[in-house]
Order: sequence, then C-alpha cells, then structure tokens
Amino acid sequence: MAKVLIPTPLRQYVEKKDSVEAEGATVGEVLASLTGTHPDLRKQIYTEEGKLRSFVNVYLNDEDIRYLDKDKTAVAPTDVLSIVPSIAGGVQSIA
Amino acid sequence: MEGQLKLKAASVLLVGTGGLGAPLAMYLTAAGVGRIGLVDFDVVDHTNLHRQIIHGTSDVGRPKIDSAMDTMREINPNVQIDRHEVALTSENALEIIAGYDLVVDGTDNFPTRYLVNDACVLLGKPNVYGSIFRFEGQATVFAYEGGPCYRCLYAEPPPPGLVPSCAEGGVLGILPGVIGLIQATEAVKLILKTGEPLVGRLLLYDALAMRFRELKLRRNPECPVCGDHPTITKLIDYQEFCGVNVNQQTPVAIGDTDVLELKKKLDRKDNFTLLDVREPHEVQIGRIPGSILIPLGDLEKRSGELDRSAEIIVHCKSGGRSSKAVEYLRKSGFSNVSNLTGGILAWSDKVDPTVPKY
Repeated sequence: MAKVLIPTPLRQYVEKKDSVEAEGATVGEVLASLTGTHPDLRKQIYTEEGKLRSFVNVYLNDEDIRYLDKDKTAVAPTDVLSIVPSIAGGVQSIA
Repeated sequence: MEGQLKLKAASVLLVGTGGLGAPLAMYLTAAGVGRIGLVDFDVVDHTNLHRQIIHGTSDVGRPKIDSAMDTMREINPNVQIDRHEVALTSENALEIIAGYDLVVDGTDNFPTRYLVNDACVLLGKPNVYGSIFRFEGQATVFAYEGGPCYRCLYAEPPPPGLVPSCAEGGVLGILPGVIGLIQATEAVKLILKTGEPLVGRLLLYDALAMRFRELKLRRNPECPVCGDHPTITKLIDYQEFCGVNVNQQTPVAIGDTDVLELKKKLDRKDNFTLLDVREPHEVQIGRIPGSILIPLGDLEKRSGELDRSAEIIVHCKSGGRSSKAVEYLRKSGFSNVSNLTGGILAWSDKVDPTVPKY
C-alpha cells in the first residue's frame, strides 16, 4: 500500500480526499489501482492511449518518475507518490 | 550597503500586476530594486480587490499599471518604473525582456507562461515562476545556471477548459500573497547572488494543510528549448500551442439567445430548459431563476437528464463555457440548443442588477 497525494484540481474525482492509499509494487501498478477504483480520475491523468498526460507529473517521494524508471519505478510501502498537475491561476481567455 | 547597491543597480520585469504581481511589486519596490518594469494591459475590477492588494477601491476602472505605479511611488519614490501597457506577445517579448536582469512570472494563463519561459531561455534571463490554484501554490526558478525551464517540468499545457482558472475555480485571496512573496524573495536572492535559490526545486505550498513540500526538478536534456539540442530557437504562436482560439473570447454564433429574449420567455412561461453549466459555488453567488445546474465537467455524464425534444438554452458566467456546452450537446444529437450570449453577467447588466456580478 502506498500513499498517493492528490492535488486540489483532482480531488473532486476521489471523493474530495487529499490522499488515497493504493496497492502496487510499481508506480504503474499503484496508479492503475487508484484509477481502477476512480475511473473519472483516469480520464484526467491518462490519455486514451493509456499514457500519462504531459501536463501531469508523478513524483515518487521527491523525484520525478521520468528520471527514475517511469511507471516501472519500484514503490515501497513507506513511499509517497505525488501527482502534480500544471496550474496557472488567473482568468483563462475562454471564461 | 553593498547588497543595497546591487539592488539599486538591478532591473526586474514583472509580467502581470495581479494576484502575484501585487505583493511582488510592492515588496521589490520597498526593497529598493532600482528599475522595475510592469507588463499589464488590464483594468482594475472590484473582483480583483480580495487578492490584488496593490489596487484599491478608488482604482476600480483605472488601468492596473497606473494604479500599481501610484502605490509603488508611495512606498519608494526612488524606484524607476517602466510601463509596458501591452499584452506580452511573440512580437514584443524578446525586445521587452532583453532590457531587464531577470523576469518574474505573475501571469494568469498558460500561453503567456510558455511565452515568458521560452523568451527567458532564449535570452538567458532567469525566470522566477509562481502559480496558484485555489489553496495551493507552486514556486521555482527557471532558466538559471543550467537549471530546468518550464517546459522541462511540463512539456505541454493542459487543453483549455480542463484546468479551471481562478475565475471559475475560485482562489483564496491570501494565497497569491504568499507565493508572490516567495517569488520576491527569490528575485532578491538572485540579484544579491546569495542563499540557495529554488533552482531545480519545485516548492509546493498547501495552504489548508499549511505545509510546504519540495520536489526535485531537473533540466531535461531533450527539452525543445533549453535541452542539449534545442529545436525551438525562436518564439512560436503560443495561443495555438495551448489550443486557445482567441476568436472564441466573444462567441456570437448563429442561434444564440439574448438575455432580453430569455426574460420574455421566462415571463411568458414558455416551455424550455434553462441549463446553467457553472460550478456550484458560483450558483451560491447568484443564479437565474428557473435554471437547472449541470456543471460543464459533468455534462457528458449527466446529459441523459436533459430532454432531447425540449428547447435548451445554456448559460454560464459570460458565455465561454456555455458555448462549449452547446457545441457538445449539438454533437450529441440535441437539435434545439442555444447559447445565452454574455451569460449571467449580461443578465445582471440588462435584466436584473440584483443578481451579483463576480
């Protein structure tokens, strides 16, 4: 069981929780388990082809998984995964 | 004294004098930065005042640059303030940014953030980045001494509409104050070449939990703009890159409904559905009587709740989201759908001023 920290823009898809425990031995497995139980979340962080969207980064503790082993990165029970999406605040040009 | 003279000799460009720019401008002025450039073409609105504390009630309606300059001059009349009352674009960014030692990004949209990033990398200027959303903020320093740039962190922006803006998602007014001040601190550190700037470190702030966390950022050797073999060597069309069609800002499509027409239909008790696609917290501020609420993000899931044979008029705050909803509904086979031009803001203006604008 690893802890996955959920950022504010995505909390609406996980019953407003700020963190969720999910099973898995690798990052890929943990995220699959998390999005398996929360399919609306899956659409936000994965493309239709099953790749992580490019404006969403995943960190294992404080390291970006792109510089570890991506979704094959091993996850220990004490590890914390963070999902960090791109945010810009302010007003978008389409209201 | 030496440090103070370095600040006096320094020049900083603030892109945006809003939520982040407000505390930045005030504190950098107070710190004695010699020359501060302000980029903002917006006008002060009363909805800005909960967070853009450089502006006051008596400034509503004035250009933000004028209002900001007045406050800054009161704090420190010795700062030279350069006015750039323009939108930063691919045509002017390189010229404007070249005139400064460093840039602080206080913008509110993705296209400008990518523009500022690329321009800073191309010109070799550090970019002190800060961004906020509701109760969370991020801060780091890009494009400094071999460190990463914004594209190393996020190669692409989210499609428009996927990440709500402050106007739609709302924001704790105090939040940009904290992040803006972190940016101001980093700017001063870079000028004084002291301390450990947030290069290669993404600071995450969670106001509700009152926790700061740090994540490691690395320069991506394959980054198209700051990598080992850059493919982007000049500024591009950032609106297109972010998928924003600028023409959609004021949609006036055939089949739109005007607010006065809507009022007539409501008074006559015509048979139709008035669909509100805003977020629940916006409805708490005010609504048009008789509307039903399905937030835009839920529309796909819940479109079954709508009567396909009925006339549906869709509205949101000002017409942007509702026009997307109309497009979606039409594609899904709803044949009698129209967009309320100007949204609830137009309703408040022309029909019922007791409905608050926000």
